[in-house]
Amino acid sequence: MELDSIINQAKGQIDAAEDAATLDQVRVEFMGKKGKLTDMLKSLGKLSAEERPAAGQKINQAKQQIQQAIAAKGDALRTAEMNKKLAEEAIDVTLPGRSVLPGNLHPVSRTIARIEQFFSELGFAVKTGPEVEDGFHNFDALNIPANHPARADHDTFYFNPDVMLRTQTSGVQIRTMEAEAPPLRIISPGRVYRNDYDQTHTPMFHQVEGLMVDKNVSFTDLKGILHDFLHHFFEESLEVRFRPSYFPFTEPSAEVDVMGKNGQWLEVLGCGMVHPNVLKAVNIDPEEYTGFAFGMGVERLTMLRYGVTDLRAFFENDLRFLKQFK
Amino acid sequence: MKISEKWLREWVNPSLSTNELSEQLSMAGLEVDGAEPVAGEFTGVLVGEVVECGQHPNADKLRVTKVSVGGDELLDIVCGAPNCRQGIKVAVAVVGAVLPGNFKIKKAKLRGEPSMGMLCSFSELGISDDHDGIMELPQDAPIGKDLRDYLNLDDASIEIDLTPNRADCLGVRGIAREVGVLNNLDVCEPVIEDVAAQSDEKRSVTLSAPEACPRYLGRVINGVNVKADSPLWLKEKLRRSGIRSIDPIVDVTNFVLLELGQPMHAFNLNAIEGAINVRMAEQGEEITLLDESTVELSDNTLVIADDNKALAMAGIFGGLHSGVTLETTDILLESAFFAPDAIMGRARQYGLHTDASHRYERGVDPQLQRKAMERATALVLEICGGTPGPVVEAVDDAKLPTSATVTLRRERLHNVLGVAINDDNVSEILRRLGMDVEKTDAGWKADAPSYRFDIAIEEDLIEEVARVYGYNNIPNVAPKATLSMLPAKEAELAVGTLKALMVDRGFNEAITYSFVDPKVQDALFPEHKSLVLPHPISSDMSVMRVSLWPGLLGAAAYNQKRQQSRIRMFETGLRFIADAQAPSGVSQQPVIGGVLAGRRMDEHWDGSDEQVDFYDVKGEVEALLALTGRTDIRFESAAHSALHPGMTAKVLLGEKEVGLLGAVHPQYTKLLGVSGRPFVFELDLTAITGRNLPEAVPVSKYPANRRDIAITVKDEVSVGSLLSYVEKVGVNQLVGLNLFDVYKGKGIEPGYKSLAISLTLQDPEKTLEEAEIQHAVDTVVKSLETKFGAALRE
Repeated sequence: MELDSIINQAKGQIDAAEDAATLDQVRVEFMGKKGKLTDMLKSLGKLSAEERPAAGQKINQAKQQIQQAIAAKGDALRTAEMNKKLAEEAIDVTLPGRSVLPGNLHPVSRTIARIEQFFSELGFAVKTGPEVEDGFHNFDALNIPANHPARADHDTFYFNPDVMLRTQTSGVQIRTMEAEAPPLRIISPGRVYRNDYDQTHTPMFHQVEGLMVDKNVSFTDLKGILHDFLHHFFEESLEVRFRPSYFPFTEPSAEVDVMGKNGQWLEVLGCGMVHPNVLKAVNIDPEEYTGFAFGMGVERLTMLRYGVTDLRAFFENDLRFLKQFK
Repeated sequence: MKISEKWLREWVNPSLSTNELSEQLSMAGLEVDGAEPVAGEFTGVLVGEVVECGQHPNADKLRVTKVSVGGDELLDIVCGAPNCRQGIKVAVAVVGAVLPGNFKIKKAKLRGEPSMGMLCSFSELGISDDHDGIMELPQDAPIGKDLRDYLNLDDASIEIDLTPNRADCLGVRGIAREVGVLNNLDVCEPVIEDVAAQSDEKRSVTLSAPEACPRYLGRVINGVNVKADSPLWLKEKLRRSGIRSIDPIVDVTNFVLLELGQPMHAFNLNAIEGAINVRMAEQGEEITLLDESTVELSDNTLVIADDNKALAMAGIFGGLHSGVTLETTDILLESAFFAPDAIMGRARQYGLHTDASHRYERGVDPQLQRKAMERATALVLEICGGTPGPVVEAVDDAKLPTSATVTLRRERLHNVLGVAINDDNVSEILRRLGMDVEKTDAGWKADAPSYRFDIAIEEDLIEEVARVYGYNNIPNVAPKATLSMLPAKEAELAVGTLKALMVDRGFNEAITYSFVDPKVQDALFPEHKSLVLPHPISSDMSVMRVSLWPGLLGAAAYNQKRQQSRIRMFETGLRFIADAQAPSGVSQQPVIGGVLAGRRMDEHWDGSDEQVDFYDVKGEVEALLALTGRTDIRFESAAHSALHPGMTAKVLLGEKEVGLLGAVHPQYTKLLGVSGRPFVFELDLTAITGRNLPEAVPVSKYPANRRDIAITVKDEVSVGSLLSYVEKVGVNQLVGLNLFDVYKGKGIEPGYKSLAISLTLQDPEKTLEEAEIQHAVDTVVKSLETKFGAALRE
């Protein structure tokens, strides 16, 4: 009877304990060196040898019960304490973070990067060259002799009759063909310049030109690669047409139009089979090798891709415009 | 060039709509820019005759008329035009007519007088902007006929953007030939008969420069009336081709130019002294042109001269002295072939561009001159009357271009196009193009017609075949190529990587013009002589940049003016430094540059409002250089005209100077239009795109020991050199060195600063003993005492 009352008493005090210290006092009171159960164990000696095992077992069971109750209460107190601390630490997770947000590439660079990716994967090397160019690389080697009417079409910025701002990146093709032997696959992105400034012209703009010279390169190849490019660039299967045109450095030559959303054809690039005179100018035998070349206006493609309506916005560098191209 | 669709259809008339025809021309390489109706949209306008014309009783400026439009009754119409008079043929908008702008003609009363229609001017019908009175139609205009039918107004002006190689299409005749080829139709040329001479009047012609002018035809016509009116059909054909009517002689020569593509000229015969001599100009010879400007000629310019003087710049512009005026009665008509090489670039050399020079420099059919002369003579006689003399032709056959015979190999055709076109198809295309074709074993031999002077090599024929066959009938095929791997040098840092870093660090990429304002550039970079554009777009875009800073600071100012409080922008591109040793006299250096201005961070609930300072821009430069993996990077105090003298550093990679950074000198903020204190940097891309290949060393297994020391040094001691000196002292076990505090103020003598430095020591082979650690720290401290006068703070 006494044992039951001790257990009840202990359980009552364990329940009432509100912190770890009180709980420990309860442990000491019942199971410490002078605790109530310890005293009872000590008093076992007074019992007979027959009674002792049963009584001992009961006391040990009571001890286990109280120990378990203390352990359970201890867990409960720790959990409660942790919860309390966590609740105190709660914050407004909707406040803005301490980020340094990334900026972005200029939309023209972004387009160039995409074009480079498409062609790099086909083994086209990316080449660059000077922007102040000489007459040989900008015109003569491209089969545009002095006084050729095509020169007048270029609105060239001349420094003197033989030094000018390049009107196309074709000089890079010439330099590459001078330095390397076929087979060649290159693209040349970069700034080009024409002396013209209005709603649809800026005196500086960007082109990507491409060149492939190898044995048996043909017009069907040119058509195939540009057709694929335009579909991948715009990520839709828009209608594409090749329209005969004239460039002194290619023959046959074509301009390529895509069907715009407004039902009108839009010219997006010029291309053709490299003119034999151009190959001869860089000592490549046109009987052995053929090639194709193409050139595209980066701003035009960027405008179509992202719905930019004013060409001049590209060079104002208004952050409110630039930051749209995330 | 611009041509009238109806005119073209007189020559060849395919059953295609205007749009289909335009599309067909575009797809054959004659790009149609647009087709504009030649008149406004209107109905109910008839040819009428003013039968009576009297003063309006109540209005000074109005007239009351009775007009016949062929019905039983005359129409009462009130008209305000000063040229309205009895007997003229007019355009009458009758009641029920609808004029351009949906203007409906109703019965009306004007100042009390009834008006049953309206007499129309050209501008009211959207035909031209001529609103000087009402239209006067020819006397033989049939009364009652619908004006649209009478004037053939259901016509379009087709604007064709011709490429320089297709000069043969700079006339109705050439375009008609092309349309004939494309539709497999015969072209019906108007019959041009020779006009017999009725007098012996002539001027002899000498070809003194037969290379430049191998054929020259002249013909005298006496007794012409230049005051005669050009007929309406002629004026209309010219108008629809974008050419204004001047006088009948000019109109006729322009007509022949548009119809046949042959430029012609007419001289006042009585201004010509002696015979015609086609010669090169004397250097410095002067001529006054028809536009009354006087030019000094170079000896590369061909002129038409008489015994004493130059009369005209051949193929470019006529002279004023021998020009035809309304008073002229005797003329000399010219129809000549000038070689393109003799005309190319010459007009531009004098700042001129004319319809004649445009054609001659691209090429004119060398066999066309006589036909054009006969055509023009007949028209002049028809309109102005006169007595024609004989045609005088001077020709140097040997110098005339001959039509090319070109070989086309079947194999080459198929290889270049990538598609096998049936032999018969090829023969047929070449034949339709006017060539004499001979089939050979290997392919074809073709003689080009005289008007296809652009055909000279095999590729020309390949292009012609492809063009007529149709580019869009040629398949799209993915190219085949050898899979040779491209090199990718690991030690080359891609510019894209640097750009990506900038973007990741919150920068926006700018693209600014390569030409900048000389006022800004000369102020910021007085030591540079800028490369000047002689003909810039505007004076503030007239010198090539020697740095990205003018453009970037311009962009910063632009954005600051638009309430942008935090600016971080970068750009990559070339700068242009004059250098006589470099190709084209300019060293074109790729650089990366940036500008920072305003707030360090965006406004934030837990942030500060601090503005960027020098260490922000330096941090960006350090981040860029960290990509190189190089450890020999140093910053040294430097001076630059554009920068604050106390906030300028140069960047050294090894011993090479690779860039500059600093605060923009406050004296330029007003000129630049920037506010606050912007910071800029610029680095030589060539120098920083090389990086070290990593060489791995084992990581020590033994513990690292950190010891902190605090020293005081004089203010002027450069911490950068102090730290790099510590690295050079040669304490073997030093694996880490960090400056973690700089302090001035209380407890530190004025003129001194306290530096707190942590040294991390570690040995790869063993655990360091305390005595070894202390020895290393002492070595560092002692060396700083000796070298920099540093004192250890206890």
